[in-house]
This record gives sequence, structure tokens and C-alpha cells, in this order.
Amino acid sequence: MTTARALPGEHIHIAVNEQTAPFWEAAKEERLVAPRCGDCARFRMPPTPFCPHCQSKAIDWVELSGKGEVFSYTVCLKPPFPGEVFPFVPVVVSLPDADGVRLISNVVGGDIADVHVGMKVKVAWNPITDGWKVPIFEPDHGD
Amino acid sequence: MTDLRDKTAIVGVGATPYWRRGESWPRTITEMVGDAILAACEDAGISVKEIDGFAYYSSANAGYGESMETASIIETLGIPEITFTATLTGGGGGSAGALGLAAAALTHGDATYVVTVMALQQAKQRLGTVFAASAPKPENAFLQPAGLAGPGHLMALLARRHMHKYGTRREAFAEIAISSRNNALNRPTALKRTPLTLEEYFKADLIADPLCVYDFCLETDGAVAVISCLADRAKDLRHKPVYVTAAAHGGSRDWGRAFAWYNMPDEIFASSGHASVAKRLYAKAGLGPSDIDVALIYDHFTPMVLMQLEDYGFCAKGEGGPFVESGAIRIDGALPLNPHGGQLSEAYIIGMTHIREAVEQLRGTAINQIAGAEVALCTGGPAPIPVSGAILRNTL
Ligand SMILES: [Zn+2]
Repeated sequence: MTTARALPGEHIHIAVNEQTAPFWEAAKEERLVAPRCGDCARFRMPPTPFCPHCQSKAIDWVELSGKGEVFSYTVCLKPPFPGEVFPFVPVVVSLPDADGVRLISNVVGGDIADVHVGMKVKVAWNPITDGWKVPIFEPDHGD
Repeated sequence: MTDLRDKTAIVGVGATPYWRRGESWPRTITEMVGDAILAACEDAGISVKEIDGFAYYSSANAGYGESMETASIIETLGIPEITFTATLTGGGGGSAGALGLAAAALTHGDATYVVTVMALQQAKQRLGTVFAASAPKPENAFLQPAGLAGPGHLMALLARRHMHKYGTRREAFAEIAISSRNNALNRPTALKRTPLTLEEYFKADLIADPLCVYDFCLETDGAVAVISCLADRAKDLRHKPVYVTAAAHGGSRDWGRAFAWYNMPDEIFASSGHASVAKRLYAKAGLGPSDIDVALIYDHFTPMVLMQLEDYGFCAKGEGGPFVESGAIRIDGALPLNPHGGQLSEAYIIGMTHIREAVEQLRGTAINQIAGAEVALCTGGPAPIPVSGAILRNTL
């Protein structure tokens, strides 16, 4: 068994702008939020200035349950950073309580061999540089 | 609508040698571009001073982090006057489509001889880890933290979804790698000339499951240039004209930034993003998949070849695996694919080797000549839009 691990946060940097700040500020507090159009109520990810359906700029930031489903995944041989070499698992996760919009993340915890398309996952948090946190996902055994 | 069908032709093609990654150093990008253009002029039988147009793609970047500058190129080559210089946006998705940009300029009377060129030198930054190396930006904060270092890692997720949805097997990806390698064995220009077996393929580490090293294209340096002009003028030049029957670029919002955002609808997620462009290309050409004699399919990663074969209608959606496993893409198959060994086994110059090979096939001078080839399909890379395709032929 090889346990799926998070990438070392000290190598991860993000930049933030007007559209994306609410997502990352909530993430700092370990809350997963997504932008929903203030007019037509459809979700989009990542956050962008306009709603692609109705072109509205109105946004409601909605707190989600943190539950997700693996839409696709890969197992990479080694992290793209200097330092320890270990396999890790990038995933595309769809968020069922946000119209199925997707996040690009990692699965951590549990055996790498158990990761599969359709796997139920729940959000966890990986602290990175400058005090930010990025959402990662753990197997959700429904407890 | 102006019908550009067969109104322009490729009349010259030229290239530098192909080198392994970084080995073209210390040549500059301008020097490599110049060498390729001069070779293309020699091939066409024109003076470099007659060049008056540039139609680039990939935003005129030379790979990522370097650029091709028309002003510098004409300064050193002594080209007296430029009447058209433009680029398709995006990246390697536009390679074949740049022939359409050239055709637009030529048919509008904006230039007489238009160069399309790409040079690649990976001395400072290799493309294989380009995303891990790029500076953080707000948009890629939703991508970069997941640790997907390069394009192959990104496209592994598309390949996995295709396998899940349609039952596609790694044997199909292997067949693309092996058939390309077979085509490269006898080519002096190819950087990989030793046979690849299925056993070796399956022994290789999975860099980004389901992809192993043989599913990734080579990381190489070099430059390739082609020259286009109006078809009427082309008849008087050195070689038999290779007519640009049609070229199309663009793509749908559903594909959009593709593997940089991953929010494509399911069917488009497990695709090459080319379906809408392919449909438009065939309509412009008045031809269909059954008319294609040789396919020059952009092969940065094996699964993306398979998905392009579906999007260009050579088999049904989801049937790409069984199609390639049937042997159809072998040199003696129903659809000979990349007889030059492609980017997987010859060299990777961001799509230009495919155009070069299409020209040689349609002149009848290719090393692995497909007997009687009259119509060739060239595609640009499955990538954030634009993606593109072109249909070329030698007989009107
Ligand atoms: Zn809306």
C-alpha cells in the first residue's frame, strides 16, 4: 500500500485578484465556497468576472458541503519540486452541490491504488506559503 | 463568403537539423528561423528578398519564453519590405491553421510570399515542466497547486477519462507510439531510430498514469519554415504546388482553456477539442475523412492522437482505441499516420514537422512515401484554443 500524500506546502505559491480573493480568503478559514451568479443562480469555477450564461457581474459566494466526486485522476511519479520523491495524485473533482463545477486538486489519505473515477471525497486543507490554504480531498467513507 | 479553396499553395519548405533538447545552443532563435527561411526560399527557387509576409501561430512565441520577431528577422536577412505580419493567438494548437492566416493575406492582396515558421530551443526552459516553472498568476492558482508539472501530466487526466468512459486500453496508446517509431527507423532526421516493443512500453514507469515516457513526444530543438503564395503563381515555381485546400482554426467555449480549467462537458473533456473545427474544415474543403490519403496528426501525447482520430471522423466517438489497435494507422494501414515518425519519434517543432511531411508526401518525395497520396490532413495540437486543421492536396 502507498498512502496518497499532500504536496509540501512550502513549495506552493498562489496569486490572488479581485475575482478570486473571496475563494482564497474563505479557504484560509477552511471553508469551501464557489461563485454563483447573482442573477441566473448558476455556478462557475474558477471565479471569473462575468457569468458565462447571462453576462451578469453579480456574484453570491456560496459555502459548500465540501463533498465531491473524482471526475478524473492521474498518479504522478514525483512532485515537481526539489526534495523528497514520492507519488502523488492530481484529481479533477466535481462538486455536486455547485452544479458539478470542478476543482483541480489532490487526493490525500488512503491507498493510491484505491483512487478511481467516481470515488466520493470530502474537502481537507493544505497550508501553503504566505498563510494561504489550498483545498485537497480525502476519501469520504460517509461517516 | 470568399471561397479560399485551393487558392493558395505551399511552394517551399526548409528546416534546420533537429537537435535534442538544448543542443541547438548557442544558436539564437533568429539564426535558426533565418536558416529555415533561407532553406525554404532555396527549395521554392525564390530570393529571400521576395518574402513580404509572415503568418505565425502560437502568438509568434518560439516555444514558451522565447519569441520570433519579424523586425529582427528581416533586419538580418535583408528582406526589404513587409506588407503583412500577424499571428494566430494561443499556442501549438494553431500550427496548421497558420496556413489559413497566410491564405487570408495572400488572397486579399496583402502579400506575395508568406512565411510560416516555428523555432524551438529548450536550453533555458524545457516544455516538459513549463507549468511548474511558470510564475503564479490568479488564473493558474486553480491549477498549479495540484502539481501537474507539464502538458503530459495535464493530458493524463483527459486520457484517464477516455479510458473510463469508453474502455480505451493502454495498448492503444502503445500502438500509436510503436507505429510512429516504426516510421522513424529509416529516417536520417529522426532522433529515435531504435525499434520500440510492446514489452518495453509496458515496462516503462508511468510518469503520469496512464502515460509513460513513450506516450510523451520528444523534447527537441530546431526550426521549420514553409512559404505560401497564390496558386496561380505557384505553378511557375520549382516544385509541384501543394494546394491549401482548406484551413480552419478556433474552437468552442466548451473546450476553451481545456486542460487548464477542466470544466469541459463530459464528451468534450474526453476529446481533442477539434470536433467543431474538423467539421468546419471538411465543409470548407468539400471533402470528408474518407478522402484523406495520409494523416499528419499532432502527436504531443499518444491519447490525443487517438482522440483527434475520433474528432476528425475516422472512427466513431469512443472507438479510437479499437481503431488504432486494428492496425489502421500503420504505414500500410487504411489511414497511414505520421509516416515521418511524428513528434513522438522524429522531432518536436510544435507541429511544423507535420506540415513539412505533408508537403513531401504530396510532392511524392517523402522517405516513407504513401503511394498515390493526393490529399493530406494536418492538425494543430489539442491545446487551449485555437486548435486547427488544414487539408492539402496536389491535384485539383
Ligand atoms: Zn448568470
